[in-house]
Amino acid sequence: MTAADYRLIDSTLRDGSHAISHQYYADDVIKIVAGLDRAGVQVIEIAHGDGLGGSSFNYGFSAVPEKELIARACETATNAKIACLMLPGIGLADDLREVNELGVSVARIAVHCTEADITEQHIKVAKELGMESIGFLMMAHMNSPEGLVEQALLMQSYGADTIYIADSAGAMTVDDVRRRVNALVGALDVPLGVHAHNNLSMAVANSIAAYEEGAKNLDGTSAGLGAGAGNCPTEILAAVSTKYGIETGVDPLILMDVAEEIVRPIMPRQQVIDRAGLLLGYAGVYGSFLLHAERAAERYDVPVAEILLELGQRQVVGGQEDMIIDVALELARKHAEEEVTA
Amino acid sequence: MPLRCAIIGSGNIGTDLMVKMLRSDRLELTALVGIDPASDGLARAKSLGLDAPHEGPDWVIDHADDFDMIFDATSAYVHVRYYKKYREAGITAIDLTPAARGPKVIAAVNLTEHLDSDNINMVTCGGQATTPMVHAIRRAAPSLPYAEMVSTVSSKSAGPGTRQNIDEFTKTTSTALREIGGADHSKAIIILNPAEPPIIMRNTVFGALPEGTDHEAVIESVYAMEKDVAAYVPGYRLKNRPVIEEGPYNTPGGVVPHRAVVLLEVEGAGDYLPPYAGNLDIMTAAAMRVGEAVAEHRGVSA
Repeated sequence: MTAADYRLIDSTLRDGSHAISHQYYADDVIKIVAGLDRAGVQVIEIAHGDGLGGSSFNYGFSAVPEKELIARACETATNAKIACLMLPGIGLADDLREVNELGVSVARIAVHCTEADITEQHIKVAKELGMESIGFLMMAHMNSPEGLVEQALLMQSYGADTIYIADSAGAMTVDDVRRRVNALVGALDVPLGVHAHNNLSMAVANSIAAYEEGAKNLDGTSAGLGAGAGNCPTEILAAVSTKYGIETGVDPLILMDVAEEIVRPIMPRQQVIDRAGLLLGYAGVYGSFLLHAERAAERYDVPVAEILLELGQRQVVGGQEDMIIDVALELARKHAEEEVTA
Repeated sequence: MPLRCAIIGSGNIGTDLMVKMLRSDRLELTALVGIDPASDGLARAKSLGLDAPHEGPDWVIDHADDFDMIFDATSAYVHVRYYKKYREAGITAIDLTPAARGPKVIAAVNLTEHLDSDNINMVTCGGQATTPMVHAIRRAAPSLPYAEMVSTVSSKSAGPGTRQNIDEFTKTTSTALREIGGADHSKAIIILNPAEPPIIMRNTVFGALPEGTDHEAVIESVYAMEKDVAAYVPGYRLKNRPVIEEGPYNTPGGVVPHRAVVLLEVEGAGDYLPPYAGNLDIMTAAAMRVGEAVAEHRGVSA
């Protein structure tokens, strides 16, 4: 196989977990890892959608303890490396130690795009364990190219081997991506990666643009399974890359099989950009809020669109899922008061 | 005779505590001790007529006969290095760092349990904000298989100590939810939010309600606890009514049919720190409450 022009990190078993409310079972994990491995994917990420330790009231409880699933993934992969994501403040350094014992060799330390200094402890622990350590700056649309450079340099100084920016709200246009990637690639000594979401229907285009500006790592999920309107679909990214003459190192046909035959059958609904999904990108709201917001909308009888727009107004960041209940209750109260006055 | 007190640490917490303590009848503050002669806290202390040395904790040890109690607003590693020296000098220490050398006290829950201890730990800001509500749910329910707290603070109010060791915050807070709140299992989450203007501290408590829980009793208990905490942290309030949501929920303490959701806001008193920093205010207010309770226990009248 010729050397790949970028490295594909598949997050079906981590970011995809949001879309199935964290209800993965061992059988799903084994089939998906085997398929991705066969397609030549180099890194497969697995964890609760909100990272290690994410199983909770706030983010949803996992059906199966994540470490059991991670162990299955490590046993199944023959060539692919297994990665875990963790958010300091939700997961612990001890979680990294435990999954490293299971065979996980890549640690992605994720944080809101202005708070890089809380990752120092965890990036260093990952390095001490001999893991590849990736600094992952979320909600990157909320920081300027210069601001992101500052944050990325902090992570680089802690020892991060790669830096990622994540368009967690699927809110960026191609220009937004180009300016950020260009600034970061120019300033960093370590490689850059981009994690795209499809709320504005830009995920594949943004990923290709990121590559053209010098990003050497791209994220995706099978069939786009993921938070909000979904992630960059790996099988489409691989197909489009091939059309561009970009060498991916993966077999697009096998990825299409995995998406069609393994992942689509377990999806509770197909990833479409419906009104709520589009609003996430439009209002710049964290993608994994979607299903929680839909549930709160139903429970408290308020429109989901109003909840999402208000969350955007409040500038909530990833992890603040509790604010969805707060906003729903306030909207319900407001509507009740309006009815009384009317 | 009021207890003679010193505050060690002239940063945000120490300086805010100073403003509060100067209003106390039971605690007589005579010194704010720092290490940086140029710090704003020490300058304010001096202008208020207090001793304001910059020789750090050693200054207190050298003047041990002048003090009954110190409030440690430095950092965990400084407290670990000095806590035995305070003890040997016969000085009671109220520890606002996460060092956790002494028993943990949440002012609204176990205030009177450790009044004779020579070292009392104030847990974390999130612990002070949420453990009372965990306890409020627990006392009204047949059991509390699992409790969880989510604390969101403004980026501006999260100091370097929290940022460099965020695991310490979540672990210590989670322990308090079990040991003092009464939950069988627990989890603590902290989020930093950089929004401008800075957001007021928010806390959410989730409690797993087993079969047979009287939901009205849980809600009443939560309202009663809001009053108890607001008595010493005036900006402590329910942001919305407490709600009971229907599951089932597959918690680490087993499957339960319902959960209680308590949405809290903590606005600071604005003594030294801006009002959004409720996370710092609740620590200094709780430490004051504990210090005054110790003084009262020793027969100091107001």
